[in-house]
Amino acid sequence: MRLVRLADADRPRLAFTLDGAPAEALAGDTLLTAILTNAGHVRASEFGDGNRAGFCWMGVCQDCLVWVDGLGRVRACTTILEPGMAVRRT
Amino acid sequence: MTAMTVAVVGAGPSGTRAVEVLVRAGLRPVWVEEAPATGGRIYQRPPAGTTRSPRDLYGTEGAKAEAIHAAGDRLRAASDWRPGTLAWNIRPGVLDTFRAGRHETVAFDRAILCTGAMERIVPVPGWTLPGVFTLGAAQIALKAQGVAIGSRVAFIGTGPLLWLTATQYLKAGAAVALVLDTTPLRTKARAAAGLLADPATFAKGLALVARLHLAGVRVIEGGTPVALEGTDAVEAVRVRDRRGREHRIACDAVGLGFGLKPESQLADLAGVPFRFEAIERNWVPERDRAGRTPVAGLYLAGDGAGIAGADAAELAGARAAWAVLEDAGAALDAAEIARLDRALARLPRVRAALERAFPYPSALAARTPDATIVCRCEAITAGELRAAARASHVTGGAAEVNRAKAFTRVGMGRCQGRVCGPPAAEILADALGCDVAAVGRLRGQPPVKPIPILAEAAE
Repeated sequence: MRLVRLADADRPRLAFTLDGAPAEALAGDTLLTAILTNAGHVRASEFGDGNRAGFCWMGVCQDCLVWVDGLGRVRACTTILEPGMAVRRT
Repeated sequence: MTAMTVAVVGAGPSGTRAVEVLVRAGLRPVWVEEAPATGGRIYQRPPAGTTRSPRDLYGTEGAKAEAIHAAGDRLRAASDWRPGTLAWNIRPGVLDTFRAGRHETVAFDRAILCTGAMERIVPVPGWTLPGVFTLGAAQIALKAQGVAIGSRVAFIGTGPLLWLTATQYLKAGAAVALVLDTTPLRTKARAAAGLLADPATFAKGLALVARLHLAGVRVIEGGTPVALEGTDAVEAVRVRDRRGREHRIACDAVGLGFGLKPESQLADLAGVPFRFEAIERNWVPERDRAGRTPVAGLYLAGDGAGIAGADAAELAGARAAWAVLEDAGAALDAAEIARLDRALARLPRVRAALERAFPYPSALAARTPDATIVCRCEAITAGELRAAARASHVTGGAAEVNRAKAFTRVGMGRCQGRVCGPPAAEILADALGCDVAAVGRLRGQPPVKPIPILAEAAE
């Protein structure tokens, strides 16, 4: 799956890293948008039932938790991307 | 009076109007909001520099969104505004909050909780696949981020949000593969008389449906989702129409939602008693028409106090603030309070009609297949829940949801049963052969959302 940009796509581009690899997204993106415009999932279920890619996008389901260097574990859907963030999915 | 500290939790329509009344009365409330900006989820703001108009973003509700945003912008400086702040616990006179890596306590004399709503779910096989989101998520993605959840989206569920979100996607240029409403047309037709008590909203609803039909979108009313299929991500939905014929429709994303439920964890932790609201099929915290709870100094407004929608939330927020002022012996505007009370008194009839028009498909939830995950946090299946219910006949064990949680871990995960709570209760009640109200509700625990342990220890 990939998110599709339909509007406000001319915002400034921001560089970040996803699992150590260089990636790009837009200023104002949440980490969920930044990840899912670059990759097909956000995390793996701890119980071996497959990958997850968020669900509620409003900070309640806790199914989009990722790690950001310096911040620890955060909800991707409510965390705004900052330049140079190192985002890790595992 | 001026020494009174009022805490308002939430900056959606109800929180904004509550703060407005308090500020006008000369108070400087502490205003706590988890998001970076005011507006709430319903009027969530777009990224800075958007080229979209309020009409593009919020449709027919554009003017209301603008008004709420303008009020929020004005009130930030007049209050102790704390954005990006999670209120993760409430104790008598104290909120425990977490903001930018720091733990802070907020003392209050009175508090108004305006914590809003979230989506209510039926677990459909495959619903944990990447590409499957709630309807609210699909909508937030579009308005707050300018993205669609996929390039070919199927919308499945019931309620006004189903039709609204599908129409917004269509308007934004996304391909809508399917709109499946689990409610049959005849059920909605029967509720039409009640809905006409609010003719403007009724007309807006009809316009949405007409627009989708006109655009040639595949619409199934009275249908049933069978499975969301795919290996690494959702690739198709299998559904049954009302005649029982099965269809497989290709898509790369699904918006799923079956109405709303209150976000009421803080009210729960504060000790507010809850009652089962049969028409809405939700547990709601007890409060009077003005928002007063049985807990002294604690008030509720907006969807967090029972689902009533954004317009009602604005009225309820203002009314709860007047209740705070009244209870504190402050000067009152009797005419304004009477106006709010009259407007609030009209709401239950329309709300009941809406709930009858789009009922939560409880039988579908109760029939969740054994192998399907109900609790996505802990990966607990419907079969595990049923096994616990069966064991209860022997041991007297899982006859209530909190016992079932202890036996199976359903609802024990990071979301505390916010997502799985309603379907888990339906499955358990069905397996035990009792009414859903009899199995109770999952109790909230602090912190209401995960917070870093290091931050907690920093106090």
